[in-house]
Amino acid sequence: MNIPENLKFADSHEWILVEGETATVGISDHAQAELTDIVFAEPPKPGLTVSAGGVAAVVESVKAASDIYSPVSGEVIEGNEALADNPALLNTDPYGEGWIFKIRLTNPSELESLKDSAAYAGHIAR
Amino acid sequence: MSQSTPLLEKHVEAGARMMDFAGWNMPVQYRGILEEYHAVRGDCGVFDISHMGEFFVKGPGASQWLESLLTNRIESLETNHAHYSLMLNEAGGVIDDLYVYRIRELEYLLIVNASKIPEDEQWMRDHFADEVTFENLSGLYSALAVQGPRAPAIFRKCFGRDLPPSRNRVLELERGGEPLWVATTGYTGEAGFEIIFRNNEAAGLWDALIAAGAVPCGLGARDLLRLEMAYPLNGSDLSPERTPLEAGLGFFVDLNKGQFVGREALVQQKESGIPTKLSAVVVDGKSPPIRSHYPVVIGDEAVAETTSGGLSPALGTSIAMAYLPTQYAAPDTGLEIQVRGQSYPAHVIKKPFLKKTK
Repeated sequence: MNIPENLKFADSHEWILVEGETATVGISDHAQAELTDIVFAEPPKPGLTVSAGGVAAVVESVKAASDIYSPVSGEVIEGNEALADNPALLNTDPYGEGWIFKIRLTNPSELESLKDSAAYAGHIAR
Repeated sequence: MSQSTPLLEKHVEAGARMMDFAGWNMPVQYRGILEEYHAVRGDCGVFDISHMGEFFVKGPGASQWLESLLTNRIESLETNHAHYSLMLNEAGGVIDDLYVYRIRELEYLLIVNASKIPEDEQWMRDHFADEVTFENLSGLYSALAVQGPRAPAIFRKCFGRDLPPSRNRVLELERGGEPLWVATTGYTGEAGFEIIFRNNEAAGLWDALIAAGAVPCGLGARDLLRLEMAYPLNGSDLSPERTPLEAGLGFFVDLNKGQFVGREALVQQKESGIPTKLSAVVVDGKSPPIRSHYPVVIGDEAVAETTSGGLSPALGTSIAMAYLPTQYAAPDTGLEIQVRGQSYPAHVIKKPFLKKTK
């Protein structure tokens, strides 16, 4: 299971890559494997404000719809429109082309409650 | 606590993701639902369907008794043939849909839905007749469905003989001193067969079919495959509140064969007009996969809700079934399906979704 060390993770299996005041969010390799073949994704529109733990996107596998939560509070600045045409990117490249949205953080201190890669590895091993 | 089939270890070994289905711990997928779907459409897949029920009915009164409980005409079912049939309540609603194999002149094997085994048995015992022996041997028998264009070749490899070329034929073979029935039936729209045999043969047959090239397939792929053919799933698309005429299964109902439970209600419904029709609906553009219980809307009126649905790999769009009021059930009728409050334009088509060219 791929768990990059430069990312932080939410217990609900989203990853976040922070670069200054903005961050990119996606779902972990573990999450995409659990969700199985993803056939639909609804990334958020720019301007959406979300709070940490709030629903930011929906992805659907053959069997079920799943909410994707924002690990942090902020304003969405971009959704990954490529997912609309190719939702399978979430399966094939969850940490790269399968990113879901970019967000401007309003409360960076929230990052402290997220897990680093080692802690997340422990979380999914349980 | 859910039940397991004799193949649980084989499923886990093959990397299955297990889930509860009708009280059974069943594989939903192995390597991926879409991969397994394509294996069946283009090659050959094998499904564990051991959760399904096996009822044995025999005796001088067997034919007449089944005639009185089921919608299709038993009298015209030849020995070593199988047909699809329905068991109805007094109101004409569906208790279960099932397959009847005529395995001897006066002996039948009924394959019923796993979720309905106790209810079916109770209903049949409540309507018992003379000179009939009824045995529910669901616990002793396992079953596999082998489906796909390469299924006949795989049958030849495993059983050293040709699969009957016609649909709905039953072949009795022997395995470990016990009978094994092969039926050229299925729930996918592809060529193939289903085999019913004693539990202790399950692991060996599973291994042999996989060694011959069949791909393990789970219930996820099975649901997509049957949905594209608009084959109903009892509990989703069939219910005690809907008649087989509403479900579009009139072909399997013989109103002229004499009395059977539910017949009066069907005759009456036919006279007064069939209120709804289980219709095939295709979403026009891109949409989330449609699932069951999504609202179907025409104008401002919620006219139905979907009974099942999914994203069709063959069509590339979402498809669904719904009991539409008859005035909206004609092909090309436009409507909308709502997903999380958003409306997606769709239209009715003639069943099935996947038109097979044969």
